[in-house]
Amino acid sequence: MSDFLTPKATPETAPFWAGAAEGVLRIQQCDACGRHYFYPRRFCRYCHSTDVRWTTVSGRARLDSYTINHRPLRGTESLSPVIALVQLEEGPRMLTNIVGVEPDPANLVLDMPLTVDFEPRGDMTVPVFRPASTGSAEGTR
Amino acid sequence: MTSMHGGDIAVIGAAETDELGVLPDISMIELHAQAALNALRDAGVAPADVDGLATAGPLGIEVAHHLGLTPRWVDGTSVGGSSFLLHVRHAAAAIAAGAADVVLITHGESGRSGTGARAYARGPASLTGQFEVPYGALAPYSTFTVPALRFLHDRGMDATDLAEVVVAQREWSSRTPRAMRRELVTADQVLAAPMVAYPFTKDMCCVVTDGGGALVLTRSDRAADFAGGERAIYLLGSGESNEATLVSQMEETTRFRAFQRSSAEAFATSGLTHADIDHLMFYDAFAHLPLYMLEDVGFVGHGESGAFVREGHTRPGGRLPMNTNGGGLAYTHTGMYGMFAIQEAIRQLRGEAAAQVPGLTTSFVQGVGMFFAASASLVLANRRP
Ligand SMILES: [Zn+2]
Repeated sequence: MSDFLTPKATPETAPFWAGAAEGVLRIQQCDACGRHYFYPRRFCRYCHSTDVRWTTVSGRARLDSYTINHRPLRGTESLSPVIALVQLEEGPRMLTNIVGVEPDPANLVLDMPLTVDFEPRGDMTVPVFRPASTGSAEGTR
Repeated sequence: MTSMHGGDIAVIGAAETDELGVLPDISMIELHAQAALNALRDAGVAPADVDGLATAGPLGIEVAHHLGLTPRWVDGTSVGGSSFLLHVRHAAAAIAAGAADVVLITHGESGRSGTGARAYARGPASLTGQFEVPYGALAPYSTFTVPALRFLHDRGMDATDLAEVVVAQREWSSRTPRAMRRELVTADQVLAAPMVAYPFTKDMCCVVTDGGGALVLTRSDRAADFAGGERAIYLLGSGESNEATLVSQMEETTRFRAFQRSSAEAFATSGLTHADIDHLMFYDAFAHLPLYMLEDVGFVGHGESGAFVREGHTRPGGRLPMNTNGGGLAYTHTGMYGMFAIQEAIRQLRGEAAAQVPGLTTSFVQGVGMFFAASASLVLANRRP
């Protein structure tokens, strides 16, 4: 695992990364307008309210789009080659890897249900997603 | 009263580096300089006449000092490959406001050879470093391409539609001696090329090259003071917009609203409609981008982009010639292609292109930068309205 793949938390994103280390997916929700948003900020990106809080979300998502990378850069060969956009049940979209499935388009049907899982990157833990039907999801532990 | 639009500002010099392609023996900064010298010669402008400079990559002051210039106006707007379209727009505003009289815009990048290139590092605490890099989303071919499957899926399109973009543009590059990829191809051949990042095969991804280009702009009523004024190309309208620096944070995966906003402003400021446009230069780092642009800029309706390309409307002899140098997919792509899209529009409007389309009067240049982060649009013409 190459060092450059290890994310570094900022004061604003630290609760997200602390959650991932505990095996929970935590994002922010605005108390003024009710919307969830991602990535972390000190304020709501929709209404600019600072009345926002961290919340553990369901970990359920759907597959929005993806590529299967056939030319991984040096140091990234151990990652899943499936680089995907997923939309969380709560609304926000994230970029992630799809794991727990052979990287074949036949196994990666757009809109398929996914569930969060976690993988190490150096001394950090990052959320990834796997097909909901494959079981062994760790996201709700 | 000079306006930034409506033809009051002219491009009086335009040139690329002597060569494009694999150029390990020339540094990035010298690619800027060679393009600048060529464009100033094309314009008939002396160094002392230049009082404005814009560039992206190195700082504007680095390029200015390297060229021995002391401009009173510098713009270093840096939004990836669309930067140079924004520089044209910003230079036009500056000239109209009297902040500069003669602006030089330069691009040079050793994107293939890395000679004298700047390190491109993204820290692990940057947004990209936290939310994209840990997933291997590093190279443009595995990041910029991620939304494409959804775009195709929602329109009942597939990878063949990406291949058809390549097929059409090779018809142009086959007539363009300076293009890197000049072989005619079929859709089946494009689909059978080595897979880079599914669904993108090698031919659906841009070439990677070294090279540069430069432009010289001034007020149209001053153009006649310079030799390049005889072949002046006029800026009728322009627009710019932006969205997310993270691909995952596009407002919608299947359309890029920044294309819609910047192109709408370019049309509104030019006073032209889609029917007035003779020629398109649509920035194509990857084959999905011209499809997004055809729809988002409004030349075709939702879901019609694939058929429009497949039916030949963008090819030689078609009613809307697009990417007539072969585009980033075939002509050249140093890493910031926007300069070359503008150069080809100007060659076509001057009647000097390798694959010249007869009878053009207008061209629409659409740029994209930093993946789906930035958009810029220009409406250019070879006569003042
Ligand atoms: Zn809010």
